Amino acid sequence: MQRCRLPIGGVVDRSRSLPFEFDGVGYEGYAGDTLASALLANGVHLVGRSFKYHRPRGILCAGVDEPNALVQLGRGARSEPNVRATTQELYAGLSAASQNRWPSLAFDIGAINDVASRLIPAGFYYKTFMWPPTPKWWLRYEHLIRHAAGMGRASSLPDPDGYEHQYAHCDVLVIGAGPAGLAAARSAALAGARVLMCDENPAWGGSAVGASATIDDGPAGTWLEATTRELAANPDVTLLRRTTAFGYYDGNLVGLIEQLADHVSPSRDAVVGSAPARGATSWMPRQRLWKVRAKAVVLATGAHERGIAYANNDLPGTMLAGAMRTYIERYAIRPGTRAVIFANNDPAYATALALQRAGVEVAAIVDPRAGASLQGALPLAARDARIPIVARSVVAGAHGRLHVTAVDVAPLAGGATQRFDCDLVALSGGWNPAVHLFSQSRGKLRYDDALATFVPDYSPAPITPAGAANGATDLASALAEGHDAGLAAARQAGLAVAAPIRSPHAVPLASEATRALWSTAPVAKGAKRFVDWQNDVTADDIALGAREGYRSIEHLKRYTTLGMGTDQGKVSNIVGLALLANQLGRPIGDVGTTTFRPPYTPVTLGAFPGHDAGPHVEPSRFSTLHDWHIAHGARFVNAGLWKRPHSYPRAGESADDAALREARNVRTNVGIVDVSTLGKIELQGRDVAEFLNRIYINRWDTLAVCRCRYGVMLRDDGIVLDDGTTSRLAPSHYLMTTTTVNAARVLQYMESLLQTEWPELDVFVTSVTEQWTAAALAGPAARPVLARIVDIDVSNEAFPFLAVGACHVRTALGPVPARLFRMSYSGELAYEIHVPADKGRAMWNAVLAAGADYGIMPYGTEAMGTLRIEKGHIVVGAEADGRTTADDLGLSELVSRAKPCIGGRLLARPGLKAPGRWQLVGLVTLNDAPMPRAAKIVVNPDHAPPQPMLGHVTSWCRSPNLQAWIALALVADGRARHGETLWAVSPLAGARVQVQVGPPCFIDPKGERLRG
Amino acid sequence: MLLIPCPWCGPRNQIEFTYGGDATVRRPALDAPESEWYRAVYIRDNPMGPHDEWWAHSAGCRQWFVVSRDTRTHEILGSAPPGRTPGQATR
Repeated sequence: MQRCRLPIGGVVDRSRSLPFEFDGVGYEGYAGDTLASALLANGVHLVGRSFKYHRPRGILCAGVDEPNALVQLGRGARSEPNVRATTQELYAGLSAASQNRWPSLAFDIGAINDVASRLIPAGFYYKTFMWPPTPKWWLRYEHLIRHAAGMGRASSLPDPDGYEHQYAHCDVLVIGAGPAGLAAARSAALAGARVLMCDENPAWGGSAVGASATIDDGPAGTWLEATTRELAANPDVTLLRRTTAFGYYDGNLVGLIEQLADHVSPSRDAVVGSAPARGATSWMPRQRLWKVRAKAVVLATGAHERGIAYANNDLPGTMLAGAMRTYIERYAIRPGTRAVIFANNDPAYATALALQRAGVEVAAIVDPRAGASLQGALPLAARDARIPIVARSVVAGAHGRLHVTAVDVAPLAGGATQRFDCDLVALSGGWNPAVHLFSQSRGKLRYDDALATFVPDYSPAPITPAGAANGATDLASALAEGHDAGLAAARQAGLAVAAPIRSPHAVPLASEATRALWSTAPVAKGAKRFVDWQNDVTADDIALGAREGYRSIEHLKRYTTLGMGTDQGKVSNIVGLALLANQLGRPIGDVGTTTFRPPYTPVTLGAFPGHDAGPHVEPSRFSTLHDWHIAHGARFVNAGLWKRPHSYPRAGESADDAALREARNVRTNVGIVDVSTLGKIELQGRDVAEFLNRIYINRWDTLAVCRCRYGVMLRDDGIVLDDGTTSRLAPSHYLMTTTTVNAARVLQYMESLLQTEWPELDVFVTSVTEQWTAAALAGPAARPVLARIVDIDVSNEAFPFLAVGACHVRTALGPVPARLFRMSYSGELAYEIHVPADKGRAMWNAVLAAGADYGIMPYGTEAMGTLRIEKGHIVVGAEADGRTTADDLGLSELVSRAKPCIGGRLLARPGLKAPGRWQLVGLVTLNDAPMPRAAKIVVNPDHAPPQPMLGHVTSWCRSPNLQAWIALALVADGRARHGETLWAVSPLAGARVQVQVGPPCFIDPKGERLRG
Repeated sequence: MLLIPCPWCGPRNQIEFTYGGDATVRRPALDAPESEWYRAVYIRDNPMGPHDEWWAHSAGCRQWFVVSRDTRTHEILGSAPPGRTPGQATR
């Protein structure tokens, strides 16, 4: 039984009754209800406790501006905090709970804050918790505050829902589908524009939905239906319901968030009687993020009503006048029995008339304006309806505990107050155009005295406000403005609007100006006059902030928390800044507004990554050998976007033990590693040698065909950029390898130089990373293994260190053309074999088969890293960390004096030559102590913090071949410290070890193995 | 998100592009004096208003070009291939 539901009227579907639950109590609403309207239909006004004082709160608004009726929705992973009951559509089985109360909504311990409120004034957060000044105490306070204050709780379970992105382009984007927006979309579409129209509501029509108004001489509902049908039938018009434009960005990009599933039960499969099209099946995304590029935008976002600060204006039963009318007319609710209207403007009189039609007694309309000025159409209608009007008066305060029971009305001129018993207060301090997106487009606002608010003035973007968003106060002007804005936007989009298009019309409503009224005089000490219902900011708080020197509205906002939270002050902001202006004695227009930042309303974080979440947060790249690696038990590790085998653990073997075994096997037998992920860039053209001379520190014009060379590139400032090997395949054909992670960056860098700095050079660069599968064969037995499968002489004489050649590899697929390189990263005798990617698996299998007699094993990146640390080869990113020079790394002998290169000139800068630079060294721990992770190098580990730091460990490992813990490190003046004993300490790991400094090469320093 | 007019591909979303820094500063000759390199690398203006900068259409035609962008408003005033002035190019 819905005891407050009217028998007729509204747009709810009385044939579809929906059961739902609030705070464990079962209720029923109708299809078409919001949670708020369904609660009101059941007579439930008390829905939450306030943020700071834990005061009982009801439903203030009927839309996105709601500050108080925030609920915890759903359970488990789909539990969502701070859902506005006023926008949450009702579905069967909806379950919601109130927030910020304990143990119950009606009896809340936290309400003690209300009594003790003198102890927690504005800014108490900053005043009280400053002592003692240590972070530890602050953390304690913070814990208590977080528990006492706040809203709902977010689920910590993974989000079970999906989100997707959609890009769209249009001539005219119409934001808001009330009368102005519909008129704009209609005229723009008739002018031939491609139109996209969105509205945050489930129904088209905005304020006109369910309203008793007349458009084009018929009921408004008829016009709404005809217009939306006409638009839906137009193939050039896209209509998005339940879609909020939340942000306006550069280049006329507007972000929309479309709700696809939040209005149906989360147990989607169990949905009965709902259309299967949207959100009804589990594979549908929950929300869709639209990125719309519009040539022109019509802003028909309507307006938000604001409150007036009087004592206890937050008692449940108090509602903004427009919202109350919405609940009566759209949802057919009789929200109480006896109402008082407190308003300073004409539109609120429509609420009085609606209340009367709904059978609610209107005890009085309290209006600060003079009775003689109440000559607008609506006040006259109220008089005709014999509704008592108390002019030149205000509501000074309200009475009640969990619900309003009476108000005191005071004449402005002074004198005795008069008490009116009531269970409803319809409050209106005027209307603020929803200028959020206009402001985000860098539009400027101006203060309008007749409306007592800020209205759009000028924007550099092609954005046209229309209707209530532009300050229009009646339906007739909203329709006319919308119609004109649609045509103007079509013209901005470049369309020639030829034939005259007839505008929809309504009868203009004469109205008088709003009288600015922000607060009424305080009645008693401690009686709170709320400005911001969500953050519990009162008129006195704003006065206090002003007294304490917060003269800028931006500062006042942060000091008092005015306009923060989920509603971002949609009801409160203008009132707050007007009160500040009064305090400062300045015009309201001079004080200005706070910045309107996106999003307009809260947007689910999951919508921003969309599909790019979980394993898809980045694309994944796989070697052609990936399936083989999986089949052979590889553990994978990320290298840039690539998945590379870390190691190949055998049954019962840990990944680390596997890596040790693999690294040992390379030094004793032979191993093979997939190096397909290394960047491979082909360079062709007459001037490649000259180009390489310019970008590498070493010399390239001396490199013979069929030879390769290691090279180091510098940034402009002399710091190491990347390293790698480049081979000369033919006189004007080179192949450069880069580090896996830097491949794309180096390619783009070379393209930049060739296109912008040296376009005269005849050089073409092409990435061929994915065209080749590459394997490195390393170990003492590498040569005999290779000799079994290639058709060229690989003896040391015929194919020496740094040789490059073309050959064929005998595989199960027959001979496969290959490029063979004799280069070594491990320090062992080693070869790299490159074959076309589709032959990679055949080559890999052929090498493994040929090496079986020699104990060949695949090895992963961990063993590769161990081998290169043993050998002292640097890695860009670890040893070359964006601060190191070639000299720091001991590579200065590579620098050619014969030619200049990028970065070469600045190598002479004093800072790069100064003593104390961190230089690459090798470290061995004493007594075989494990090297801790993330260690820094110090002389005295017992030095009081901050410890002077000599450097840090860049790479470390357990060396299976030395049977020791070794590391590479950058240490101040490291080359002069060989032989010294220092400490490696890691506060992070809580460990310290003594280390002996030496050269950064632990195996075969003369390079006999790799040349043998 | 900017809408960047690639001189070859037309207006495209910013996500397709890579920013490449100040286009008003040219690298000195490789053998130019150290002082010239020092000025080019370290002494940079931070202009307020229209500014030429390098962008690469890295997820498109892979060409580098100059974009004139107002650093106050993000408005893009034009673009041009290397060696030409953005003002002369398509808007």
